[in-house]
This record gives sequence, C-alpha cells and structure tokens, in this order.
Amino acid sequence: MTKRSRIRLNSALVVGGILTMLLVVTALVSLVWTPEVPTRVRVVMRLKGPGEVGLLGTDHFGRDVASLLMVGAWNSLAIAWPAVLLGAAIGTAIGCAAAAWKGIADEIAMRVSDVVFAFPAVLSAIMIGALVGSGPLAAILAIAVFNIPVFARVTRGVALQVWTLDYIAAARAIGKHPLRITWEDVMPNIAGALIVQVTIQLALAILTEAGLSYLGLGVRPPNPSWGRMLSDAQTYLSQAPHLAIAPGIAIALSVLGLNLLGDGLRDALDPTLKGRGATA
Amino acid sequence: MTKRLLTAALLLSVSVIPAFAAKTSLVVGMPIEPPGLDPTVAAPVAIREVTLANLYEGLVRIDRNGKVQPLLAKSWEVSPDGLTYTFRLQDGVKFHDGTAFDSADVKFAFDRARDPKSTNAQKQIFAPIDTIETPDPATVVIKLKNPSGNFLTYLGWGDAVIVAPETAASNAANPVGTGPFKFKSWTRGDRVELTKNPDYWQKDKVKLDTVTFRFISDAQAQVAALRAGDVDAFPNLGAPELFAEFQKDSRFKAVAGNTEGETVAGMNNAKKPFDDVRVRRALMHAIDRKTLIEGAYSGFGTPIGSFFSPNHPAYVDMTGAVPYDVEKAKALLKEAGHGNGLSITIKAPQMAYASRSAELISAMLAEVGVELKIVPTEFPAKWIEEVFKNKDYDVTIVSHTEPLDIDIFARDSYYFNYKNDTFKQLIADAAKTTDEKARFEKYAQAQKILAEDVPALFLFQLPKLGVWNAKVKGLWENSPIPVNDVTEVSWTE
Repeated sequence: MTKRSRIRLNSALVVGGILTMLLVVTALVSLVWTPEVPTRVRVVMRLKGPGEVGLLGTDHFGRDVASLLMVGAWNSLAIAWPAVLLGAAIGTAIGCAAAAWKGIADEIAMRVSDVVFAFPAVLSAIMIGALVGSGPLAAILAIAVFNIPVFARVTRGVALQVWTLDYIAAARAIGKHPLRITWEDVMPNIAGALIVQVTIQLALAILTEAGLSYLGLGVRPPNPSWGRMLSDAQTYLSQAPHLAIAPGIAIALSVLGLNLLGDGLRDALDPTLKGRGATA
Repeated sequence: MTKRLLTAALLLSVSVIPAFAAKTSLVVGMPIEPPGLDPTVAAPVAIREVTLANLYEGLVRIDRNGKVQPLLAKSWEVSPDGLTYTFRLQDGVKFHDGTAFDSADVKFAFDRARDPKSTNAQKQIFAPIDTIETPDPATVVIKLKNPSGNFLTYLGWGDAVIVAPETAASNAANPVGTGPFKFKSWTRGDRVELTKNPDYWQKDKVKLDTVTFRFISDAQAQVAALRAGDVDAFPNLGAPELFAEFQKDSRFKAVAGNTEGETVAGMNNAKKPFDDVRVRRALMHAIDRKTLIEGAYSGFGTPIGSFFSPNHPAYVDMTGAVPYDVEKAKALLKEAGHGNGLSITIKAPQMAYASRSAELISAMLAEVGVELKIVPTEFPAKWIEEVFKNKDYDVTIVSHTEPLDIDIFARDSYYFNYKNDTFKQLIADAAKTTDEKARFEKYAQAQKILAEDVPALFLFQLPKLGVWNAKVKGLWENSPIPVNDVTEVSWTE
C-alpha cells in the first residue's frame, strides 16, 4: 500500500499509459487475430475508402488497412523494444563504469559517445545495412547504436551524483569493490531515471523505425510496417488520403503516448518529489 | 456595311492572331538526367532520350512505328547475298560546327565505334562489319563478314549516330551532330537547352525554336510541374497512379503507349528447383498477369507471354501458352515433388513497378503453396553485382528496355543461366536472315519456345505513360526505341 502511494498519478501518466497500453494490446492482439489476413491481396477491391471495405479501407493492393496497422504495431515494437533494450544495456554499463572510475576511462567513454552521437540513426542504419544486409536486424542494430551514447550520458550524469552521497562514501570506506557498489547501491537509485529514459527512447525508436522502413531499410515487404505504408501512400495522396492518414495517426499517437508516459513517470518517480508523493 | 466589315475584320483577327501566337518553345520533362550527351560511348537510355534525332542523326532513322526510314542515307542497296550495303548520302548536310558531312564521317564514326578500345554499348551492331569503303563523298559501301538481318534497324539506334572526327572527343559535354537542334547549354542537375539549327538540311520540317529537357525524378514533382505549366510534356511519367487524373483532364493529352521494356521475373535456371521446367511452368500458371498489371501499374501495360515487344511487327501474343490456372500450378508442383510447399526468394529492385510486382507475385504464389521471400536489392549497383554478375539469386524482377533483345536468352553467360541449343541456333539463324518475312518467322518460333519453356516469368510490357499539353502535336505515343524525337513537334492554335 505504501509502495503504491509513492507513485503520484498525474494526467500525463494516465493519458500516456492508456495510449501505450492501447499500442501494446493492439500489437499483441495482431498476433492471434486481425480482421483480414494482412498480406492478402485483393486487387479488385483496391483503394477503397474507410468504411467501404473494412474499418479503414484498403490500400493499393486491396489489403485491409486496419489489419496492416495492427500487424504494423507489432512489427514496430518488435524492432523498437530490442533495439532500445540493447542500447540501454550497453549504454548503462558504459555510463556506470565512467562514473565509477572517472578520470581517463570517463573521458574516453564520453568522447567516444560524442562521436557515435554525431551520426544520425538513418546514417548508421545505412552503414550497418551495408555490413549485415538491410532488414530488421540492421534496423535494430542501428537504433541500438544510436541509443548507446544517450544512455551512457544519462547514466553517468545521475550515477555521478549518487557517487558523491554519504552512504557510497561509507561503502567505499569499508572497502567494497566499485562493481559491487554500482550494482548494490548505485543502480537502485538511478533505476527511475533509466525507466523514464527507456520510455522516451522507445518513442524515438518507433519514429526512427518508421523512418527507416519509409526508406526501405527496415521491415521487409510484404511484412507490414507503418513507415512503408506511408511511403506507399505517398503517390496515392490525392486519390486515397486515408492510406497516409491512418499510419500517420498511428505513429503520432504511439509516439505521443510514450512521451507522455515518460514525462508522467519522471514526475512520479522524481526523487525530489518522492517525499511529498507519500503525503499528497 | 461598316458593321459587317468590322465583323469580318474581327473574325479575321481571331483566326489570324493565334497563328502568330503559337508557341515555338517546348519543355520536355524526363525522370533521369543523362550522365553525358554522347550516345555512342555509354548505355544509359537518358542519353538517347535527349540527343537521338534531336542533336545527332544516323544513316537511317526508326520512325514512330518502329520502321526503318532514310535519314542521312537517302537510299541504299543490299546485295543479294546480304553482305554488301551501299548507302547514298544526303547532299548539303552540315554539322553544327559548320563542317560538311560526307562519307568520311560515316567511316570515322563506325570505325570509332567498333574500335576495340571503344566503350560503345551495342558493339554487336558493328561486329559483322568487315570493311567500310568510301568510293566518293556521297557513297559508303559497307561489307559484312556474315549477313546481319537487323543491320539496318541497328543503324537507327543512338549507338550508331554519325559524329565528326573534329568534335567526337568532346561530344559528351559539347555535342555536335547534324540534327535539327543545336546544343545551347546544360545546367547540371536541372536542364539541357537546345536551339534550332538554322542550317538544318530539312529546315522546313522543324517548327520549334527552342527545346528544353528538364530532369525531375520525383513523381509528385513531375505532376506538379505539368499542372503548373513549367513542363509541357512528360513522355514517361513516373507514377501510373497519377496518370488517370490526366486522362480526365481536357487540358492534357494522356497516352498509354508501349515501350520496349519487357518486365520479367528472371529465374536462375541452373539452380534447383528452377532447373525443372515443371516448376517454372507452375510458377507461371500461378500468376494472374491482369491483376498484376492492375495492382503494380494501375492497369496500364500489356500482358506478355514471351520476350518480345508488342511494338515489333514480328510480335506474337503468347499469353495463352501458360495461362493463369491455380489448379494446374498446384498439380505441376506436386508432380515435381514440391507438393508440401516450396520456399524461394526474389531479389527485387527499389523501382515502384518492381517492388510492387514482387509483393503481388509473392501473394499469388502463396495461393499455390510457394513461399516467396522478398529481398529488396538496390538497383543498379547491388543488383548488377549480385544478380547480373554473380548470379546469386533464385528469382529477380526487372524490365529489359533494349529493343529487340530476345537474344539475351541465347547468351551463355547471361544471368538467367538458361541453356537451350535449339533456341540458340534459331536466334543465330534469325540474325543472319536478311529476308524480313523469313526472319520474322524465326522470331515467332523463338517466342514460342520461350513461352513454353518459361526461363523467366513473362509479366507485362512496361507502358509509356505520356502526358503533354493538349496543344502540343507530334510527340510519339509508343517508343519503339528510346528517343524523344521532337523534330516535327509543334503547337497548334
């Protein structure tokens, strides 16, 4: 009970939570059920508007747009999640190490992350695509690489603060190894900041995945993806605007939801608000 | 009386003024910019689309119906054995730099093209040539080593235009030919401008004063440029889905013609399971060409059952040879031992027609239990490396835009890995047959063999979706060879 009351509900958290839940549930449902087989081509029924055929109409091959969106949600998360988790794991390790050892290790880690940070995800996706062949794997690796410096910096920032606290000094005084200090004393205190960051990076990853698929570097056809739906819709814009609007709204809502969730979580988990949270 | 006079005067002015106002400039839009302006040293189609017939001329020209017509050669005789061609040249023809055109230029141009060091893209044109003689300035005698049935047609291609020895080396940047238009300027990434050649030998035919070729790659931007009047004509519009709107618009003329581009899904005939003709036929049976064209090209494009352009007089419709029949496809697959399914990949280039077709074919093959995985493959660099050179593929899809290119199935090292000695012999015979009827008969047989043997899935002829201002007259509706011949184009009004 006391644990629950430590999380302050706020409107951003609620709205963000609902939107994110919707995204996750849609993605999961698509694994067992969609209104139509999303890859089924029905050329005679092509470019039908919303309501005419299916809930959201059909695309240029007569595929059901609602079903494509549902499977697209899964494909989007299936790339964004592992990519962010991979990036977070490596980035956090680097950040913690930099904070624990400081000095030259810190300097090297941060300058290297500056260099990685300088490359946009799309560019690294093209480079990685050249190495492993373009496709979902390249997209995951590209987004992960792009996430490493982000997490390295965030982790280092908050971890450095924690390292100055008295109980860490105490732990050092009794001769605890820096690795154990990091794991037992630092990590629990920076977890909140990391969770917030993961949520926000997930939003960015979904956007990047859509961008990569738009350029043909992400999910492979005929497997549906929001980004490719947008690029396919481009030339049909005057005839069938719903083809672009549907995935556009799906991307916008998902990104908005995850961002709001991240903001809400930050407010709820902010250590400076924690004390008041219990009484509020 | 005065009133009547006034009316008459008004009527007269109405009928006269527009005649003076008729435009004499034309802006032609193209999706791809040529890398240079010399069609005799490189393959890209865009070079011919700017230069052939406008800047440069050959001994003969290919007209809008694909027929051979006299051009710089006003007449010719072919010896009965088909080995000696005697060309009589036009008098009074001058290059744009003022020098006169004569038989020495023809000899120079052809010798330059067939030189071992030349980078001419179609050396087979010149391969049969034994000697080129110039008995006088107005006569060229070409002796062949063996008869070449398509020799005259080939001479109308961009690869065989006549260039002058003084200027040949710099033609790529500063083209000098004998054509109706002279080169004015080239703003890289944007446009090439041509102006009327005042000394042209058929001056009376030419109505335009200036022609500008603008390069716009994005389909949406092409449409916007046409609507805004920035471009008067787009002979090859990039987006079929936007073409239908122009067909409804009376300000424009929108014509869906044929190109020489046979769109085929080539199979690796040396690799299992494609070495089995039953599998190849089964895959062909599984494809509904009409639906494919509808989905991939908004319904424009002619279905083909073999590898020959419907523009060509020797074309035979073979679409009925292996028709769409799902049950037959399943039965054949079962017979070939793939009753439990088959998993193959298609390397699909990024062009809209190719990637869309690949998706549709994948859906169609799924209906007969074949899983076709799509591997996007960047064209040209990656595709050339993996498919064309290394032959590391199962199925691929691309449009073959060269005219009269059925012989690629007779080439040993070609990417289809197809070997059929009967077919090869037939193509070799056809090339040597100078009698048109007999040659066309051989081409008909060759088409039939391919249709039955299905070395590639024959899909559709890439259409030429031309859109131009309704007042522009004289543009080509089909493209039997890649060219934007604007010699006789004019504005009405």
